Amino acid sequence: MTTYYTKDHEYLRVDGDTATVGITNYAQAQLGDVVFVELPDVGKSFKQGAEAAVVESVKAASDVYAPVSGEIVAVNTSLPDTPATINEDPEGKGWFMKIKLANKAELAELLDEAAYKALIGE
Amino acid sequence: MAASPETEDLKFTPLNDWHIAQGARMVPFAGYSMPVQYKDGILTEHLWTRENAGLFDVSHMGQCFVHSDSWEKTARAIEALVPADILNLKPGQQRYSQLLAEDGGILDDLMITRSAYEGHEGWAYLVVNAGCKVQDYQHIAAHLPTGVGLRIEDELALIALQGPKAVEVLAGLIPGIAATPFMTYHHAVLDGTHLHISRSGYTGEDGVEISIPAKHVTAFCDRLLADARVKPIGLGARDSLRLEAGLCLYGHDIDTTTSPIEADLKWSIQKRRREEGGFPGAARIQRELKESPSRLRVGILPEGRQPAREGTEIVADGRKIGVVTSGGFGPSVNGPVAMGYVEAAFAKVGTPVTLIVRGKELPARIVAMPFTPHRYFR
Repeated sequence: MTTYYTKDHEYLRVDGDTATVGITNYAQAQLGDVVFVELPDVGKSFKQGAEAAVVESVKAASDVYAPVSGEIVAVNTSLPDTPATINEDPEGKGWFMKIKLANKAELAELLDEAAYKALIGE
Repeated sequence: MAASPETEDLKFTPLNDWHIAQGARMVPFAGYSMPVQYKDGILTEHLWTRENAGLFDVSHMGQCFVHSDSWEKTARAIEALVPADILNLKPGQQRYSQLLAEDGGILDDLMITRSAYEGHEGWAYLVVNAGCKVQDYQHIAAHLPTGVGLRIEDELALIALQGPKAVEVLAGLIPGIAATPFMTYHHAVLDGTHLHISRSGYTGEDGVEISIPAKHVTAFCDRLLADARVKPIGLGARDSLRLEAGLCLYGHDIDTTTSPIEADLKWSIQKRRREEGGFPGAARIQRELKESPSRLRVGILPEGRQPAREGTEIVADGRKIGVVTSGGFGPSVNGPVAMGYVEAAFAKVGTPVTLIVRGKELPARIVAMPFTPHRYFR
């Protein structure tokens, strides 16, 4: 399993041809208390960079973009009822969705952990 | 490369270092670097204030005095700018009002207090919004008659202590505050420092706002914070608290395009002024009082969990009938809350409306405000 990151502060844990996607710990800290999440329907397909989910904190609304092209094969159904999970465990229980990769080559454009850490100044 | 407009020439309140020491996240607001939240975050800070006591720095706001040798002269000069009854304020009494433009639009909203100090019988203390204060001072100064002056206070800090435990905390230092009624002033001297305390605020809770010389404010805040019932609260929670309390934020819920009647602030215009007029925009306001305005500020409760933010279109009967002017998540309501303007025919409590949120239709209804009951000390 390899973890990739995007400049929009999403992570992807890739296992075979499926990526588990969520927002990074840095992103949740910037957002503040998450109060609302809207997840895509399972079975829907997205192009890389398309708006796939919405996350809203007390302060503001943010889009979550599909970090890779593919079909949604699962979503974290408990998340809309307990959006605070995103603040508590963003890179674990706070995952958003699983995407079946349509084009593995897209992964090459993403950041690895070291590059992401550099991006956020860690 | 030029500095970005957000960070250019930012001003700092006297508590800037204190905020940073308390772990604040600082953001630009109305030309100042201000704490949007501390370590606990907006949700926790909001709920803490509703249960305990929250300490807010509002030193960015404008504090000034309008003064002359008699109360009547000062009051009449202020009444030429605002629609509230100032003349009949008792010494120490405070009132909320609006600086009005000639067309009845709102230039700013403000608090006006009649001085209770010996030797200052002809003085009124005004608190105006940070983002408007420069224009407000120019406007006030330009309209004062001969013999009435404006004194701008740059060396005073302003803090708010809000919440059900705010007054019991402060009474530990200043016992006289416990019996001070809502919307009146109390003067105290603590360790040689003069404190001008009003029983008022912007959260819907009991509490006080304290004007204190800038050089003493850090030590005073440390003293308040030493009490376990007190936590520092940022602008983020200040906004969600005032939204739940149904209170207007200037530049969002009221501005130069809205009249006080449209804004549902009729209560802030006392009977004598409604009848006599004599303030800017009086003709419009008297007409709107008689015929009801074309649109009204209302509370809006979206169904479900998704917040409807400022700018959200309000639709009914298949057409746009209004717009959300403040909206977000209400931590005490534990759901989304909003306020905005709708055509008067749709302003009745219970009216179903549709909000267009991110291109989707979200059902909502018009509700009475506040969203959380006011708990002022009466």
